[in-house]
Amino acid sequence: MTAIDPVTLAVLKGRLEQIADEMDATLYRSAFNPIIAEARDACHGLYHAQTGATLVQGTKGLPIFVGAMAFAVKAVIDKVAREGNLQPGDTFLFNDPYDGGTHLNDFRLVRPIFRGGTLYCWLASVGHWLDIGGNVPGGFNARATESFQEGVRFPPVKLFAAGVMNQDIIDILAANSRVPVSNYGDLNGQLNALDLGERRLAELLDAYGDAVVAGAFEAFSDRAEAMMRAAVRALPDGTYAFEDYLDNDGITAGRLTIALDLTIAGDTMVLDFSRSSAPCAGPLNIAYSTAAACCYVALKHVFTDVPANAGCLRPITFVIPETTLLGVKAPKPVGGYTETILRVIGVVLGALAQADPARATAAPFGTINALSLAGHRADGTRWVMFSFFGGGLGGNPETDGLSHANNPISMATIPPAEILEAAYPVMFSQWALRPDSAGAGAHRGGFGAVYEIEALTDADVFLLGERGLYPPFGVAGGGPAALNVFSWESEDGERSPPLASKVTDVKIKAGQHVRLETPGGGGYGDPRERRLEDVVRDVRQGLVSPDAARMAYGVALAADGTPDAATTRALRQGAAA
Amino acid sequence: MNAHVESAKAKPAPMVGVDVGGTFTDLFFFDAAAGRFRTAKVPSNRGDEAVGFLEGLKTFGPLAQLGSIVHGTTVGTNALLERKGARTALITTRGFRDVLEMRRRDRLHTWGLWGDFVPVIERDLRFEVNERVLADGSVRQALDVEEVKAAARAALARGAEALAIVFINAYANADHEMAALAAAQEVWPNGNLACSSQILPEIREFERTSTTALNAYLQPVVGSYLAKLDSALQGEGFGGRFHIVQSSGGVMSTATARKLPVRTALSGPAAGVIAAAAIAEAAGYPDIITGDLGGTSFDVSLVAGGKTALAAQTTIDFGLVIRTPMIEITTIGAGGGSIAHVDAGGMLQVGPESAGSRPGPVAYGQGNTRPTLTDANIVLGRINADRPIGGKLERLDVEAAKSAIAAHVAAPLGLGVMEAAEAIVRIADGRMAGAIRLVSIERGHDPATFAAVPFGGGGALHVGALIKDVGLKAALVPRYPGVTSALGCVIADIRHDQVQTVNLTLDALDPAALDTRMVAEAQAARAVVEAAGLPMERIDLVFELDMHYVGQTHTVAVPLPVVVTDGSTGIDRATIAAAFDAAYQASFSRLLPGVPAKIVNLRTAAIGRRPHFDLRALAPEPGTTVEGARRGTRPVWFAGAWHAAAIYARLDLPVGAIISGPAVLEQPDATTWIDPDLVARVDGLGNVIVERA
Repeated sequence: MTAIDPVTLAVLKGRLEQIADEMDATLYRSAFNPIIAEARDACHGLYHAQTGATLVQGTKGLPIFVGAMAFAVKAVIDKVAREGNLQPGDTFLFNDPYDGGTHLNDFRLVRPIFRGGTLYCWLASVGHWLDIGGNVPGGFNARATESFQEGVRFPPVKLFAAGVMNQDIIDILAANSRVPVSNYGDLNGQLNALDLGERRLAELLDAYGDAVVAGAFEAFSDRAEAMMRAAVRALPDGTYAFEDYLDNDGITAGRLTIALDLTIAGDTMVLDFSRSSAPCAGPLNIAYSTAAACCYVALKHVFTDVPANAGCLRPITFVIPETTLLGVKAPKPVGGYTETILRVIGVVLGALAQADPARATAAPFGTINALSLAGHRADGTRWVMFSFFGGGLGGNPETDGLSHANNPISMATIPPAEILEAAYPVMFSQWALRPDSAGAGAHRGGFGAVYEIEALTDADVFLLGERGLYPPFGVAGGGPAALNVFSWESEDGERSPPLASKVTDVKIKAGQHVRLETPGGGGYGDPRERRLEDVVRDVRQGLVSPDAARMAYGVALAADGTPDAATTRALRQGAAA
Repeated sequence: MNAHVESAKAKPAPMVGVDVGGTFTDLFFFDAAAGRFRTAKVPSNRGDEAVGFLEGLKTFGPLAQLGSIVHGTTVGTNALLERKGARTALITTRGFRDVLEMRRRDRLHTWGLWGDFVPVIERDLRFEVNERVLADGSVRQALDVEEVKAAARAALARGAEALAIVFINAYANADHEMAALAAAQEVWPNGNLACSSQILPEIREFERTSTTALNAYLQPVVGSYLAKLDSALQGEGFGGRFHIVQSSGGVMSTATARKLPVRTALSGPAAGVIAAAAIAEAAGYPDIITGDLGGTSFDVSLVAGGKTALAAQTTIDFGLVIRTPMIEITTIGAGGGSIAHVDAGGMLQVGPESAGSRPGPVAYGQGNTRPTLTDANIVLGRINADRPIGGKLERLDVEAAKSAIAAHVAAPLGLGVMEAAEAIVRIADGRMAGAIRLVSIERGHDPATFAAVPFGGGGALHVGALIKDVGLKAALVPRYPGVTSALGCVIADIRHDQVQTVNLTLDALDPAALDTRMVAEAQAARAVVEAAGLPMERIDLVFELDMHYVGQTHTVAVPLPVVVTDGSTGIDRATIAAAFDAAYQASFSRLLPGVPAKIVNLRTAAIGRRPHFDLRALAPEPGTTVEGARRGTRPVWFAGAWHAAAIYARLDLPVGAIISGPAVLEQPDATTWIDPDLVARVDGLGNVIVERA
């Protein structure tokens, strides 16, 4: 390794991150499907030649992918180790969730970069494709019991061999999707991104020298490791146990436990998930790489200044046995992985909150709520409205939680109601914050939302959600948020799903409504220590009811909304006693 | 006043551009008849900007002689950033009172879950009424205007001073909004109310609500500021026209500005980009990247083929979205006041934390002890410590800057203090270069064909690094970099933009109906520009469609090659299809034959072209010499060693002067540093062009 002066190192860090950022930007602009173009469900980076470890990551990539990419590159490295024959101009394609993937919609492209005849590093791109077959359009099949019902699976295969594209693979891809043009467009966008990254990296290596840049990679990892070790060392030694639950697996009732024993010893951390439930029949399983990736996401949300490369994982040991639903193998279904990873992130946040309340974040709303309404217009054409919905983030030592936010795994925005109404025969009768949905606390959670939708034609309804039975938790004395609630109108009144927040093939008539009420975030700190004026304001604004103010916050209000000082004092002191 | 304007037509009266910034108010006086200009710089008086404004104007003589004043202002921006707008209320469709607070379901940071958001209109000032229009414009539920009046009265009872009315799908049918506005006007005691279809009749309820709400929030603030300035000007005998620069870089009347204050959000920076583009084009550089290095940030904007790039919207702060055409300016947190520190992982960082202009760099002696980028430039000898820019300070404390760098950067990194100072500059250069790559390479432009145009006080210190780091062709330092925004006020065209959502596939479009709409939009926009009453050579009408393939979410801007002749644009489907193909191909290289194209919005701009401003007016007077401009030498640290750099009084250099680096060109409002391997020359307009030797 070549020692590098600290200034060149800082300059190289910016230049390399910019290469990954530019790859992201290229794909966002040229992708066809809105999940990449609008929601930015993609990620790019540079990876270690021998280990696949993350060297450099873009600053805008989808958080969950940032954690998962190293496993994807490792899957290709393992294949090459088995089969040999790696050449300049090769590009691998795959979506195998059990071998470095997440779920079938996420397609990875991995390309070796050679310098002077030897492998220098890898470039990789991942993006969420719209549809890859399976029983349900778009892939979120709440009833899947095998991977085969979720779509078509590609192990790592050479899309390009020595620069020559294998058209057979393109043809197979096209034959296995409901939207082949969209997928083809996204594939080309990812190839554009890799081409651009390869050019930019070559320019940089020519300017600075291969050895200098390789030295910089080492230094970045060492630095990330040092920062993570310092962060871990600052936490008190001990084991912090935390568990949370999924409502069910989509097939039968019965909760699934995500249990974590987080052990701090000096500057190392062990994340042991052994006490979690066994693999389930439905699609709420995840593979080892996905579980490790979401631990990384949780840690990065807490230790925000630790750089995004593999060095920061060196002090961390994962225990994720195959006997749990967090380490499954093919063909266990994983299409509902979004819900499970949110719960894994939650338990890491919950355990860390015990270790260091000053860095704590109460639970985010913690469900994706993949809702689709589908039907036929008067002219016979088919329509499918598909979206994810928002909720509140958790209270924290600094602020209340953010209301109506996205989940920690992504930065995706929601389409405006007007765009949805213009595109589909639906009418939103409510698009609002949900009062009393936030966990109480000295800093309360953010509020969830109420979305009420009227179908203007007959429609089929699908929902893959969670938090219908187990609410987002509070920390440091804060209270839990409200549960996720879904209901729809039918001829015999209002109905709710038998399996909490999961619904398939419910039929509603034109003019009938569905209603989704999402959780807020958990609260931080004792609600009775919340500043009086903040409680008064929340009540005045109609976001906290007078009853909740009294019960949860110990604040009694007169009819005009002003606090009743004597009763409030009694309520708050009574609780403290 | 009329008589004055009449006489001004015969012989144009002098005009002044005024850019009020956070620290200084810059003025540019131009007398076209006499071909003469003057500049002035006076301290800004925060909270009472009129004082500095008038003081500066008076340096040019009596105000009665002035024909017009064009003003770039940050009053609106500051009110937004500091949340000092008016108490505002919203009346909206039942079920949608929280749109403003729910945003687009985003969050503050990619990494980290802390932080919250407080909208500019509190929830108990957001009222719902029964009414509903569907996406196709049809009425599902009628409006009851009495309910609107009751809501307006309730808002007033809670102390609201301004009112926004936003109904769902009003872009498709504005009847309910207009009826509600009329009803509210009956009970509202002032003119601070508007509905969204007047401000932004465009699909997307959050962006439309945010823009309308922020407009209402700013109306009383900007209105009273302009009224105050107006009466102060009249009190001093000014009888000409008083205008405001918009974020789009176009000028509008103060009457329009009071109605649409949200369009002033980037007023000052936009004027700077307009001037930089004009200067560079006159100098033979139509492709430039402007860089404004301020106290806390570096603002970059790309100008290709002499044309500024317009963005459709901007985010002033988290959740504060304004959707109105504005010059596309990319900002990074690296300015002269950016603080250098070594992080927990041992990496040197510059910014984003900043000492700003108060307390400012350590060398200013105003209480900051942590080294800034400016401190590094002072220690390296690039900035003259004995003659600080702006004239507020006597001299700069070099030793204090040096010991701050020694303690906070040199010691932790194990470097000498000079090496550490140079490292700070290199890191900052790297970040500025990154911003320039972002706006050029990432958008498909080749930086080798672009020149950097620094303006503001500090940018010219860094041009050499930018040329070399990014691979730019050259740098062009305008003759008066410190008053570029004020000059832009004088040069900028009059402009009015309108948008109207169409939402039809090309196949379903009735071209005659679109033509009628375009002509009506054009007439309305043109009337606003004409009412500005400034001298113009002509008024151009520009039509653009936002289009995409059905199913996509992002749109491309499709300029339409049509003009209004005899009350018609003559638009037809084939013209639109060809224009869409050309625009799409330019952006994405791959067309999708067979997939239907859709028109989302119609954008119409009326642009009143100002009489040509001959920049030769700014050129150096004949008779100066290079030797006469020479001010000796000063040691400057560069690339690990001291160099004896030649010092020149920049404004005394003659046309054609050639200066090889290492050299420092000094002038009252800026310093230009020429690296040893670069060469500078003074062009025919007095600009300094820096190139590789």
